[in-house]
Amino acid sequence: SSNEHKLNFKKSKEACLSYIQDALLQKQWKRSAEFLTCYVESLEKDYSREHIGPSEMIWRIGTEILWHHSQSNVKEFSCFMEQMKTLGVKRYLKVCLEHVFRLLCNGHIDEAYQNLSLAESWRFGEQTAIQDKEMKLIQAYRGLLDYCSWSKQKNILLEHGEDGFSDLAVEREMHSYFRKAAVNLKEIIKIPGVWDVFVKCYVDLLEFYGDHNEARQVLNEYAYNSKFPANPNAHVYLYQFLERQGESKKSLISALKILHDIVPSHELMIDFNTMLQKSKKRKKRRLGLEVIFAALDYAGWKENAKAWSCLARQMKQIVISEKHLDWIKQEWNSRKDWWPGFHFSRYLAKRNWQENKSLSYEKALVAGILLGKDCKYFKYVSHQGCKAQLKRFRMLKKFVTRHNPVYLRISG
Amino acid sequence: RDFNERCAQCSEVNWGLTDGGRFYCRSCHNVTERTREVVNTDFITNARVQTISKGSRKQAENDGGCEWYVCEGFQLVLKKQVEALEALGVCPQMKDEVLCNFWRCYLQKTKQAYCKRPAGETVKALSVCESSTDVDSDPERPSLLHLLSLSESEGDLQTDCSFASSVSKVSESTSVYSGSVDGSLYLMKNQKEKLRMTMPMTLSFCYMALLWVREPITLSELLRFVVEGHIPYLNIFQHFPEKMKLCGLDLKIFCVESWPVYEEVFNKMHELAAFLDLPRFPDITESCFLHPDMLCMKYLMEANLPDELHNWTCRVVKKTGIGEVDFLTLTPGNKSKRKVKYDVLAAAIIVVVLKLLFLLDDHYEWLLSEFAEERNKNNTEVCLFYSGGPYFEFKKWYEVVKHSLDVEQKKLDEERAKYQWRCEKPLFYSVKNKSKVLKRRQMVVNLQNQFGKLSGSVRRAEKPNPSSFQLSWSEENTDGSCFHGHSLKGILQEKCGLLTAMNPDYWLCTVKLCNEKLCGHLAHYKEVEFPQSYHFVLGLFSFLLRIQPSYIHDEVCMIEHKLFNKKLCKKLKYNTVLRK
Repeated sequence: SSNEHKLNFKKSKEACLSYIQDALLQKQWKRSAEFLTCYVESLEKDYSREHIGPSEMIWRIGTEILWHHSQSNVKEFSCFMEQMKTLGVKRYLKVCLEHVFRLLCNGHIDEAYQNLSLAESWRFGEQTAIQDKEMKLIQAYRGLLDYCSWSKQKNILLEHGEDGFSDLAVEREMHSYFRKAAVNLKEIIKIPGVWDVFVKCYVDLLEFYGDHNEARQVLNEYAYNSKFPANPNAHVYLYQFLERQGESKKSLISALKILHDIVPSHELMIDFNTMLQKSKKRKKRRLGLEVIFAALDYAGWKENAKAWSCLARQMKQIVISEKHLDWIKQEWNSRKDWWPGFHFSRYLAKRNWQENKSLSYEKALVAGILLGKDCKYFKYVSHQGCKAQLKRFRMLKKFVTRHNPVYLRISG
Repeated sequence: RDFNERCAQCSEVNWGLTDGGRFYCRSCHNVTERTREVVNTDFITNARVQTISKGSRKQAENDGGCEWYVCEGFQLVLKKQVEALEALGVCPQMKDEVLCNFWRCYLQKTKQAYCKRPAGETVKALSVCESSTDVDSDPERPSLLHLLSLSESEGDLQTDCSFASSVSKVSESTSVYSGSVDGSLYLMKNQKEKLRMTMPMTLSFCYMALLWVREPITLSELLRFVVEGHIPYLNIFQHFPEKMKLCGLDLKIFCVESWPVYEEVFNKMHELAAFLDLPRFPDITESCFLHPDMLCMKYLMEANLPDELHNWTCRVVKKTGIGEVDFLTLTPGNKSKRKVKYDVLAAAIIVVVLKLLFLLDDHYEWLLSEFAEERNKNNTEVCLFYSGGPYFEFKKWYEVVKHSLDVEQKKLDEERAKYQWRCEKPLFYSVKNKSKVLKRRQMVVNLQNQFGKLSGSVRRAEKPNPSSFQLSWSEENTDGSCFHGHSLKGILQEKCGLLTAMNPDYWLCTVKLCNEKLCGHLAHYKEVEFPQSYHFVLGLFSFLLRIQPSYIHDEVCMIEHKLFNKKLCKKLKYNTVLRK
């Protein structure tokens, strides 16, 4: 006889889990709590052969429910987390981290700090070594909270400083927080990973105390060490630091070059292009054109007037000088099939004109050069502009008409 | 003995006792229904029942517990179950006269009691370890893990690592393997020789007793009552007295983590009846509840079908001979006779009748329904009153029943998912993991409280009252959702003074029956191979009886082959439609 339909403990709990899952996906917190109540007795059975055991299920599901349920509060949540910590030694630090994370989200900084300190002092035989990574994270977050305290003290100090008071106690505390924070933050950023928050805070500390060398080293490591995952933010932080330090344009440009390679649509591309345009070196100017064209490939930039003005400016300059028209041709080659529909449709002409005249002006200039004076976009905008008797549009029309042969050379 | 009545046949007073515990006249061998007064079936301390030579009985070590044997445990289980049945309305004779004697007969046959030399004599009770060093060195003694693997069911308990870890510690100490004296021996016994008692088998005993006194409870109902908690089964050890400590291997025997399956209980019951050498059971006659005429009436009501269909079920029963006393009554040991599942049989008869009248080929029944609908529209109230109820519309019936069925099925599915298997009384394999078990239990209770509060609704504390009907339909409902009084006149015609169905066709579920002994079924049911209406009807009864549709399908095939026996002998082609 077939026993597949035989209802037993295991099947019953599997069914229970699928009800919980459905309820969670539909954000029915009461219902999922109802079924979870029925599921918890699984803890009394051994599931060591399964991939995920009931204790982990209950931890994860219970956390979600308590987090979202309207009737639950932080106290209950903490009580639950404490129980979960006792359930699985192999997971202890992970549960601690999650607990802390949730507390921080709710603004319970002090309680979070307490939990972090407690977790830091946890020892459990060989598990301590196995969970080393989690421990580093715990220390890092504690360092982060120390940084927050440092920051607070710093602000107090600055305020008092303005008033002419000097508060030694506050200063001492501030330094003590600095030391605690620095130690932990330094440790975590040694490990390859994405540590934006930690890096920023650490660099802030270093800069305040004047250790710019260390700061530069840290940022360089973070951005250029191949062991670390590719992280555009690393380059942004480095660039911003270099900027603050008043570094040469050369180093700034090299920092942003990589950012352009990774994220061509990054908002710093405008700054980048501006820097490059002004450069005396031909290669840099060439790069600048590439950069701004690349940025405008992205939909998020379509209505960025500043970007269009950068492009327009550079193109205008090239056209007037009649040098390096091949640059424009090169850039336009891969775009001539789709940019017209993407940027220069008649619909967009109308909309741009209605919503943002500056935008339409810049775009019209670009369109006029790339597509000639007879293209839809240019025709509409310049016509509207002249009708509205705006001077710059008349100038625009004259300019494009005069340089129309350029278009022919580009498109040929 | 004490029985002093005169024999009805020979008027002598010369009584003896049969194996079944009944008195028989030694002069004329007339067996009576009278049985010996029942011995107190309460828990017997100190196991007077067995005489086993043993070493020192370490009673003090069990901290207040006493020695008990596995069969005593089962005796207690049976007692509790039959008391529950009594509370449901079963006659008290079942407990005192029937079940008790069955049980004693069983004990006797398996040589656990009531005999001169019980098999337990050779038991070197493993629960009493004379010296710790012997445990490993003794080659005869099976390892604990081996014992665990022998048990056929409840595989989940095997994987409990907390037990496995304590096994390794066993050799170092004199920890108790089982609370019962012969727990380990029990699991070791060769199952093929004798029927070893299991928890599902307790239900076989109950069912056997119910059948003997012909109580109006079918096996499917009995099992449903078990699942609903009206009859103790799960966590029954809760009812064991404090002195009877349950631990170690006892858990494998007494703690179940799955619901009993109809087939299993049914087959075991028959094995048991044969094993106990029981005579032919009391006759199942037409006035018995278990007779298909009666059961069909019940199921027709529950399925919300017209009462008029009952004539048809009776006709089918008569034509196929499945209403005969000899067919229905259980004769243990008669292997050639088919074992009758009364509830499934009744359901199958109704299915066959529906096929006869409505064909159920996903076309004809809807056609008939449309006709009926038309006629109902045209009829006035007065017409309806005189002609006895509106025309039965299959479509309406389907919609109403499907809706209710879906609702109930959904409820049942949720109940199954929410089922609580554990109880307050904790189980531990050994004293060593007791504290761990208790801690876990405490945590479970805490979590249940915490999330229970967030559930919003109050969980119902008591179980609903046991009822024989799962679906009920009231004629008082004005929405026309009760079809009992509806008429079949739209689909019947008169031929030669006899009412026959207008439907001239019939399709057989299968042309050839399988050999049940080889593959376990008479036919193999696959939903996709049959009409949706047929599947629906099977599904309806499958829900009511809580069994797989394939079992009902088997009975349907069996009935069809009896019904159309003559035509089948003419060797028709596969899956041809028959002309009636």
